[in-house]
Amino acid sequence: MSKGLLFDIKRFAVHDGPGIRTTVFFKGCPLRCAWCHNPESYRKQVEKTVNTRKLNGRTYREEEKVGEWMTVERVMGMIGKDAVFMNESGGGVTFSGGEPLMQPVFLEELARACVGESLHTCLDTSGYAGNDALQRVFPYIDLFLYDIKSLDKERHRRYTGKSNRLILENLRWLIKMRANIRLRVPLIPGINDREEDLKALEDLLSEAGSSVQGVDLLPYHKLAAPKHKTFRGEYAAGNIQVPEGSAMEYIRQRLEKHTNVPVGVGG
Amino acid sequence: MMTERVKKLRDQSLQAVPRISPERARLVTRFYKSGEAVGKSVPVQRALCFRYILENKEICINDGELIIGERGPAPAATPTYPEITLHSLEDLDTLHNREKVSFQVDEETRRIYREEIIPFWKGKTNRDRIMQAMSPEWHLAYEAGIFTEFQEQRAPGHTVLGDKIYSRGMLDLIGEIRETRTRLDYFNDPGAYEKNEELKAMEIAAHALIEFAGRHAARLEELAAGEKDPARKKELEHMAAISRHVPAHAPRTFHEALQYYWYVHVGVITELNPWDSFNPGRLDQHLFPFYSRELAEGTLTREQATELLQCFWVKFHNHPAPPKVGVTAQESNTYTDFALINLGGVRPDGSDAVNELSYLILDVIEEMRILQPSSMVQLSRKNPDRFLHRALKIIKTGFGQPSVFNTDAIVAELVRQGKDIADARRGGASGCVESGAFGTEAYILTGYFNLTKLLELVLYNGKDPRTGKQTGPETGDPRDFKSFDDLFAAWRKQLEYFIDIKIRGNNIIEKINATHMPVPFLSLLIDDCISNGKDYNAGGARYNTSYIQGVGLGSLTDNFTSLKYHLFDEKDMEWDELLAALKNNFKGSEDLRYRLVYHTPKYGNDDDTADQHAVKVFNAFYEMVDGRPTSRGGTFRVNLLPTTCHVYFGSVTGAMPDGRPAWEPLSEGISPVQGADREGPTAVIRSVSKIDHLCTGGTLLNQKFSPSFFDGEEAIRKLGSLIRSYFRLDGHHIQFNVVDASTLRDARKHPEKYRDLIVRVAGYSDYFNNLGPDLQEEIIRRTEHAEV
Repeated sequence: MSKGLLFDIKRFAVHDGPGIRTTVFFKGCPLRCAWCHNPESYRKQVEKTVNTRKLNGRTYREEEKVGEWMTVERVMGMIGKDAVFMNESGGGVTFSGGEPLMQPVFLEELARACVGESLHTCLDTSGYAGNDALQRVFPYIDLFLYDIKSLDKERHRRYTGKSNRLILENLRWLIKMRANIRLRVPLIPGINDREEDLKALEDLLSEAGSSVQGVDLLPYHKLAAPKHKTFRGEYAAGNIQVPEGSAMEYIRQRLEKHTNVPVGVGG
Repeated sequence: MMTERVKKLRDQSLQAVPRISPERARLVTRFYKSGEAVGKSVPVQRALCFRYILENKEICINDGELIIGERGPAPAATPTYPEITLHSLEDLDTLHNREKVSFQVDEETRRIYREEIIPFWKGKTNRDRIMQAMSPEWHLAYEAGIFTEFQEQRAPGHTVLGDKIYSRGMLDLIGEIRETRTRLDYFNDPGAYEKNEELKAMEIAAHALIEFAGRHAARLEELAAGEKDPARKKELEHMAAISRHVPAHAPRTFHEALQYYWYVHVGVITELNPWDSFNPGRLDQHLFPFYSRELAEGTLTREQATELLQCFWVKFHNHPAPPKVGVTAQESNTYTDFALINLGGVRPDGSDAVNELSYLILDVIEEMRILQPSSMVQLSRKNPDRFLHRALKIIKTGFGQPSVFNTDAIVAELVRQGKDIADARRGGASGCVESGAFGTEAYILTGYFNLTKLLELVLYNGKDPRTGKQTGPETGDPRDFKSFDDLFAAWRKQLEYFIDIKIRGNNIIEKINATHMPVPFLSLLIDDCISNGKDYNAGGARYNTSYIQGVGLGSLTDNFTSLKYHLFDEKDMEWDELLAALKNNFKGSEDLRYRLVYHTPKYGNDDDTADQHAVKVFNAFYEMVDGRPTSRGGTFRVNLLPTTCHVYFGSVTGAMPDGRPAWEPLSEGISPVQGADREGPTAVIRSVSKIDHLCTGGTLLNQKFSPSFFDGEEAIRKLGSLIRSYFRLDGHHIQFNVVDASTLRDARKHPEKYRDLIVRVAGYSDYFNNLGPDLQEEIIRRTEHAEV
C-alpha cells in the first residue's frame, strides 16, 4: 500500500466544503503563492520546526516534525472517527494542501477508500498538475474546490511562480466532464481585484455554465506571516493590504449579478 | 416588542436587590410557639404551618402585573427556613457582606433573629438532626471535601410538575384525597393511620392554597375599586375573577393556567426550600391546548399570550434561590434556583411535540434575556431542524440559554430505570441536567462526590495531605503497586469505602426527612402520593430515585492516564520524583509538570490511551451505586454534573499527576480538563460519548465557541449537525458559552459595564459579575482556549 506525505489532518473543518468535514493536508506544492496561508506545505519532504510553549513563566522550545508519511489505512482510521458527524451533516472528506495532485497514486487510493466508506469527497486543488493525475482521481471526487488565483498569465507567473495555462486547461476539462465545481478565489488587493481581473472572472464563469455551482471569495489575511518566515525565510506579501469588508461585498454582489451562481465570502 | 408594562416589571426585577425577609421565619416560629401544633401528627403540623404562613404573609401585587404572587413581601425579598437550617448572626453577617451572591440583612431582621428566631430554633433544626445522626467517618469525609450533602441546608425536591393542574383544581384533588381516605383499610393495612394523617395534611394544604388565592382576589378587588385608569381597573377585576377560579378549579384559559401554576410554585417554595425550587417543566405542551383553542375562538391573541408569558418569566426572576452558606454555598454558588423550562421533545405517544407555542416561548426567552427561569430545548430525532436552528440563534447571542438536551436519550435512561415509556416521554430534564419523569417521580440529588480526591488519598495511603488525617482506608504505599491494575484497585477500594459511607448517610437522612419534614403540599402535586397516602419525602411518588453526582471525571481520567503512561508504560518517571513534586506543588519540578501537561495523552482528544480511563472510572462509579435500594423504597443512581462544586472540590484537592496545581478547579461535568482538548469539538464529543450516558440520570458537557463560530446560516446548520451527531452517540446534554475572552476580561475590570453579561457556568447560567474570582478566571481560560 502506498504512503502519502501529509502535514495535518484537521477534524471539524467547516470551511472546506459542505457539512462537517475532515481535511487531509498534503505536503508539497508546485506553486509559491506570495499570500499562501499554508507555507509549511511547500516542500514535499519532512521538515523540522521549533514549537514554543510557556508554562509557569518558563519558555519551552521543542523541535517538531512537520510532515509524516502515512498509509491509506492509517489515514482512513483517523477519518472514520468522525464518520457520524459527516453522515449527519452531509459532510465528508476534503483533500487539501499543498497540492494533493502532486501525489496522484496515494490520492486515488485514499479517495477510493473514502467512496468505499460512503463518504463525500472534495478535492481542494490549484489545478496545477498533469491532466493524467486529474483523470486518475476524477472518478472518486464528488466536488472540486478549484482555486483561481489570477486569470492574467503574466501576474499569475509573477505571484505564484508558474503559468496558469495548465490550470485553465484542467478546468476546461473538468467542465467538459460535467464535474461539480466550486471556484475558490483568494482576493488579494491590488493583485487580482482590478477591474480587468473581475471582468475576466465574469467571462470565465459565463463560459463555464452549470458545472460551476458557486464561487467562494477568500479574503486575504496575514495570520500566516510567521509561518512564512519559518518555512520560507521571508514574507513576500508583507506589503499587501487586507481587503475591506465593503470591498469584498461589492465584488461579491457584482459577480453574483453576472453569473447566476451563488457567490459567498469565506470558504 | 416588549410592552411598556413588561419593560417596567423586568427592570424592577433586574434592579431588585436580594435581601433577607424575616417574614416566613417569624411566622413559622409563631406557629410552633402558638400551641397549634401540639398533639398533632407531623404531617398535619406541617400543613397547619403552611396554612398559617399563607394566611398571614403579606400579599404583594406589583404595579402592572398580570401574574401575581410573591414568596416574600416584595421581589427579591427572600425568606429563610429555620426549621431546616438556622442562620446564626454571623451567618447573616456573611450573607450581608460577602462579595458574591450576597443578601442584604437589615437591623430589624437581625433583631428578629436575635430575639425570636435563634432562641427558638437553636439545636432543633433539621440540619441539627442530620448532623447529629451522621457517623464520625461521615463527618471526616464531609470535612475533607470527599462529598457534599444536599439536604444539609435545603429540603429535597428536585422535581417537576406534570400536567395534572391543567385539568384539575385543588377541589378536585381534595375529592381524590377524600376518596382515598374512605378506602383506607384499618383491618389489614398497618399503615392506615399514617396514611390518614398524611391525607388530612394534604387536604389542609390544598385548602390553604385556595384561601391564599382568595386573599389575592380580595386585594385585587380592593385595588380595582380604587383604580382610576379604566384599562387597569378592568385588568384588576379580571385578575380577581381568575384568582377566585384557580387554583380551586381547573383553569379554563391560558391566563388562568399560568396563574394557577404560579400559585402552586409559590406554594411549593413557601412550604419548604426544596432544591431547584419548582418547575412547570413541559410548558409548551401544557399550555398549547389553551393557546390554540383561545386563538381559534378569538379570546387570546399572540401578543397577549407573549405578554402573559413575559410577565410569568419576571415572576421567576423575582425569586432568588434561598440563601446558602458554608459548603452548600460553595457547591451551588448562585442566585439561580434552577427552574428549567422544557420545550419540544416528544408527546406521550412518542410523536414530535414541537408546536407553535414552542417557537413563541423561544421568542420570549430571547427577548426577556434574564437569568431565571432557565430554559432548554429537548431535541428528539423526530423534532424538525427548524426548532434546533431557532434555539441556536438564541444561543449564539451568548447568554447561555437555552441548553440542548437529547430527548431520545432521556427517555431511554428513564425506561432503563424501569419507568413506563409514556411516563418517560412526559419527562425531561430539570435542575442542571437531571432526567426525570415529570409529575410522577421524586428524584433527589444527595450530594456531589469528589472522584478525583479519592486518587489523591491513594497516593498518600488513605491520608488526606491537606489535613494530615487518616481519612480513607490504608490502600498501601503507591510505590509498592506492581501494576496499574493494583493502583486502580486501590482507588476502587477508596470508592467503595466512601460510597458506602455516603449511602448509609443518605438512607438515614431520607428517614429523617420522611419522618420530620413531610411536604403535604408538594405531595398533592406529584402522583401517586395521594392514592398511596404517602408523602413525597417518604416514597409516595410513583418513582423514587436518589442520585449521587460524580464530579471530576475529566481530571481523574487525566490523572490515571498520567500515572499509567509515565510510571507503568513509558516508565520515564519515578514514583519518588512524582510524589515529591506533588508534595511541593511542582515547586522545583516545573519541567516534570511540563511533561505532565504537554507530553501526556489527555481526555477529550478521542485518544483511547486517555479515554479508556474515563470509561473505567465511570463503570466503577456506576456499578458501585446503581440499583442500590434507598430507605424510602427507591433506587440509587448516578449522574455527572458539578454546578459549581468542581471549584469547591478543587479547593480541597492538592497538586495532582495530571499537572494540575493544588487547589485549582477540577474539570466540570464530563467535559475535558480546561484547555486539555486540542482536537476540536468532534474529538471532544467522541471522547465523552465513550461512557454510556444511558446508564446515568444526566451528564453535562460544556462546549465553548467564540461568537465567530455562529456566523451565518451555514454555521448554524453545521452546529446543528454537531449536536445531532452527539445525540446519535447517545449524548445527554450540551451547552454553549458564546463570549469572547477579551469581553470577559474587560468585564472583570469594569464589572459596572457588564451587569447584564450572562455566561454559561455548568448546567446553568449566571451573571458574570456574580461569579467568584476563581470561576471568572476559569471561564476566561475556557473561552481563550476556544479562540485558539
